[in-house]
Amino acid sequence: MSERIVELEVLRFNPETDSEPRFQRYSVPCMNEWVVLDALNHVKESIDPTLSYRWSCHMAVCGSCGMMINGEPKLACKAFLREYEGVIRVEPLAHFPIQRDLVTVIDDFVTKLKRVKPYLIPKEDQPVEAGEFWQSPAELKRYKQYTLCINCMLCYAACPEYGLVPKFIGPAAITLAHRYNEDSRDSGREERQQEIASNEGVWECSFVGACSEVCPEHVDPAGALQQVKIKSTVDWYQEHLLPGSKK
Amino acid sequence: MAKSNKPIVWGLFAAGGTVTAFLTPVLLLLTLLPAFGVMPGLLSYDNLRGFAGHWFGRLLVFGILFLMLWHAAHRLRVTLHDFGVRADGLVAVAVYLAAAAGTVATGYFLLRI
Ligand code: SF4
Ligand code: FES
Repeated sequence: MSERIVELEVLRFNPETDSEPRFQRYSVPCMNEWVVLDALNHVKESIDPTLSYRWSCHMAVCGSCGMMINGEPKLACKAFLREYEGVIRVEPLAHFPIQRDLVTVIDDFVTKLKRVKPYLIPKEDQPVEAGEFWQSPAELKRYKQYTLCINCMLCYAACPEYGLVPKFIGPAAITLAHRYNEDSRDSGREERQQEIASNEGVWECSFVGACSEVCPEHVDPAGALQQVKIKSTVDWYQEHLLPGSKK
Repeated sequence: MAKSNKPIVWGLFAAGGTVTAFLTPVLLLLTLLPAFGVMPGLLSYDNLRGFAGHWFGRLLVFGILFLMLWHAAHRLRVTLHDFGVRADGLVAVAVYLAAAAGTVATGYFLLRI
């Protein structure tokens, strides 16, 4: 196990005392196999207890440790130090307001997530005695990939459209809407379409594809959004050219 | 929230993108072959002219060029938006008009064959 001194340049901001964010340097003795999150934890424990950031699982499942590492949206618990040379710059996720240091205000994303109703809306509620909802492996496969999203918001930090147009519902929320729309047990598609087939929904996407590049869970949100576009286009033609066939 | 009407322009854009992706290599090949002096009989000038003069050939060529032009126009509109040009209405009118002009010209020249 070899050790190395890693130079971290971390964005600091305290809303009570600072008018502007600033960078602070830390020289951190690190093990070679550490990730950036380990280095931050070391800073917090032994160098500067005032540093604030979010984390929980340390294994890329909780989605709370997203930050910009050398300008790229990454999970700090999945960013291995050995992949970086020189000073490592750590900043809060882009496109979100800063609450304090590396902690961002994520209300915008949470509100959008609620709007797209990311839960099963069955046609009718069934009593428990009615038994399970059966689903074939093929039906599961249609949406399984999209269930892997951990709501880390890296895709929002990567998306230039979200940066330009903050109203854009954005990659992860639309992908989750698609995940439930594609579920054979669900009947809530029309309700979700009201949100995601709008101008500030999927049509704000210009298929840059950055979301899929940074997604740590390989959800491929860009792919999901293109599928939503195709299906919404089919809807549009059905609604306008075949009146009465489908609302 | 109201559903968007963007599917009208996007549907043609997507169709144009698919056509372009599949046919551009074919067109390149068809133009490069004669450039290198290879001229299979099937693709001779007379044959191609005959094809473009037939009603079905005309329809096919017209459809393909229309979709390709539309695709290019829409791509340009979105790219300009990404580059920060915010006059989307103006850009849309300009690029779609260009595509429409190209489409009309295609129709005109096809009918003259
Ligand atoms: S789609 Fe990927 S990048 Fe976006 S929030 Fe989900 S896991 Fe994170
Ligand atoms: S700490 Fe949970 S994803 Fe990184």
